[in-house]
Amino acid sequence: MSKPAIEVKGVSKRFEIGNTAGGYMLLTEQITERVRRRGRRPKGQEFWALRDVDFEVKQGETFGVIGHNGAGKSTLLKILSRITPPTVGEARLRGRVGALLEVGTGFHPELTGRENVFLNGAILNMRRAEIQRRFDEIIEFADIGPFIDTPVKRYSSGMQLRLAFSVAAHLEPEILIVDEVLSVGDVAFQQKCLDRMEDVSREGRTIVFISHNLGSVRNLCDRAMLLSRGRVNAIGGVGEVIREYVGEVERDLPRSLRERENRDGSGELRFVDMHLERDGQVIDSPTTGEDCDIVLSYEAERERPFRTVNFGISIFSLEDSTPLLHLTSETSGAVFRQVPPRGEARCRLDNCPLPAGQYFMSITADLAGEMLDGVHRAFEMTVAGGDFYGSGRQPHPDHRTVLVPHEWTVTEPSSRPELEAPPADSAYRAKTSA
Amino acid sequence: MSPPEASAVAAPEIVIAPPERWRPIDLRELWAHRELIYFLTKRELQIRYKQSFFGISWALLQPLIFAGVFALFFGVIAKIQPPGDLPYAVFAVAGIVPWLFTSTAIQQGAGSLVLDANLIAKVYFPRLALPISKGLSLIIDLLIALPIVIIVILLYGVGIASTIWLVPAFLLLGVVTAFALATFLAAVNVKYRDVQLVVPMLIQILFFASPVLYPGTAVGDTSGHAWSYIYSINPMASVLDGMRWALIDGQPYPGTANILISVGSALLLLLGSLLYFRRAEDFFADVI
Repeated sequence: MSKPAIEVKGVSKRFEIGNTAGGYMLLTEQITERVRRRGRRPKGQEFWALRDVDFEVKQGETFGVIGHNGAGKSTLLKILSRITPPTVGEARLRGRVGALLEVGTGFHPELTGRENVFLNGAILNMRRAEIQRRFDEIIEFADIGPFIDTPVKRYSSGMQLRLAFSVAAHLEPEILIVDEVLSVGDVAFQQKCLDRMEDVSREGRTIVFISHNLGSVRNLCDRAMLLSRGRVNAIGGVGEVIREYVGEVERDLPRSLRERENRDGSGELRFVDMHLERDGQVIDSPTTGEDCDIVLSYEAERERPFRTVNFGISIFSLEDSTPLLHLTSETSGAVFRQVPPRGEARCRLDNCPLPAGQYFMSITADLAGEMLDGVHRAFEMTVAGGDFYGSGRQPHPDHRTVLVPHEWTVTEPSSRPELEAPPADSAYRAKTSA
Repeated sequence: MSPPEASAVAAPEIVIAPPERWRPIDLRELWAHRELIYFLTKRELQIRYKQSFFGISWALLQPLIFAGVFALFFGVIAKIQPPGDLPYAVFAVAGIVPWLFTSTAIQQGAGSLVLDANLIAKVYFPRLALPISKGLSLIIDLLIALPIVIIVILLYGVGIASTIWLVPAFLLLGVVTAFALATFLAAVNVKYRDVQLVVPMLIQILFFASPVLYPGTAVGDTSGHAWSYIYSINPMASVLDGMRWALIDGQPYPGTANILISVGSALLLLLGSLLYFRRAEDFFADVI
């Protein structure tokens, strides 16, 4: 049996954080800092992005790397592609390596498509002769036709992306290291890219694939590794590792709201639990397009009921903390005259509008503008993908945050019908407040 | 497409490990990336001249404009008299062409890594390829501008010296000096961004410390003079005066000892900055 294509032994990477927050700094700052500390080395905090990572990838294998943000995936990728060295440990790669951290690196807007193909190819370590030989294929794959001699700055972003990916797709390394580059472009082009990856894999090349998208990892990879806080948490068959990852996501949920100390508000009322329900059954994860109740349990010291408490839930994307929805009882039109000192506040979300993905929720309760209790990141959840539109289709992942029901019509200018139904947007709002 | 087994045998084994602190330059690796250097150089030239109205003639116009201005202020008004009754315009243009190369190379070279931060953060290649290709693209400009010097010499009816074949040697010294300073500053710039503010000042100082406006003989009349040795520690002293001597009839020889001092100082500079560069380059991607 031949030696493994990739052997990683005890690889660790340390970063100094604290005094160099932004990486680079000003020399004058550094000098004043040194003087202040009388020449002693400033003590930055250490942070191990990777710790004792060991794994092997066999020739021809497609190997997935998954993990939360900050688990060390990108650092591992940068070490394998030689962008940054490890602090300790060793990695051996047997074969010509092509790394793809981002498509279109080094594309210059002033240069034409043709010039950029050669420049980008050279940056990706392709031979000039090789690019020349495959030039027509690259252009055809990118589907940009006559614009090849136009400066790239005049291209649409889609065209730039297609050209960039096309160059990358024609890399022919024995070992291909790919980051989340497949989640770009329109759906048809994405499919083309995934097909291309499968071709590469069938040709017997070794692929290391780093992704958040569990679906594509499952489809493409034979084996996978789960990184957690810089360490290898699980390694093995792809199904097993993904199960481990999902389990980790669930274990990490800060479920015990009662014990949470980091909260805002006067504390007159406190949230003690939070869970999700569908049709009266407690569920772990809602499904896109299906109804879901978000249930907040709270308690208060006093015995008298509250008046007009306003409950609020904010839903954020877990990946980048983008606020997506802000649901409050007041804006929904619900006015609670009597709020018992112990109870449950229930928010019904019809046809859950969140696409498949991970989210977290923050919750608040206020009385006449005064915060009673507020818990940031009170709950994390994974939404399972579902058929929101009943059409079997999903909007493009890059262009969606929430899904709203809507209707399309096409008419000739003369026969434009009177608007009978209110626009889709207000129909949606009417629904959620009902 | 060759079967992967066959190519895997021939493929080199890449070992990724913590780097040594001080390492020499890996020339073999640079050679392996020669096509990248070629395309990066080409990119520099394409971008520089693509959107400018005068295009490549900027490489000619720039030194002519400077020489005209210097001839007016220092030749006509301040009446600096170059050695050997040389017209000041000829004296100026012969100094300005190599000087413009050096100063531009230092300035642009110092910014070359930060400018391509995205490349450094996302792709592996020998980082030296960036300042090298910056320098190469400017050498092309220099070669385009050189005939101007000869034309001006001939226009003023001054003779071309028989030592013209030595001109490339002095220019090479200038290239080494500029490259050494540029790579050092480029590496420091990755970590400390205020280097960008220091560079123009440094170039100004170097400008006054080099015989661009005035002849080097102004420092020490005879080449054996102690001050002239100290002056020659700045390699640009020998580059500019040496080039004038090699190219223009009747210009004084800078002196062998002075030239050797300049060469030694340039080589030390190069060695030091390359060692520093190699030491710093591993962490470029982490801090850039």
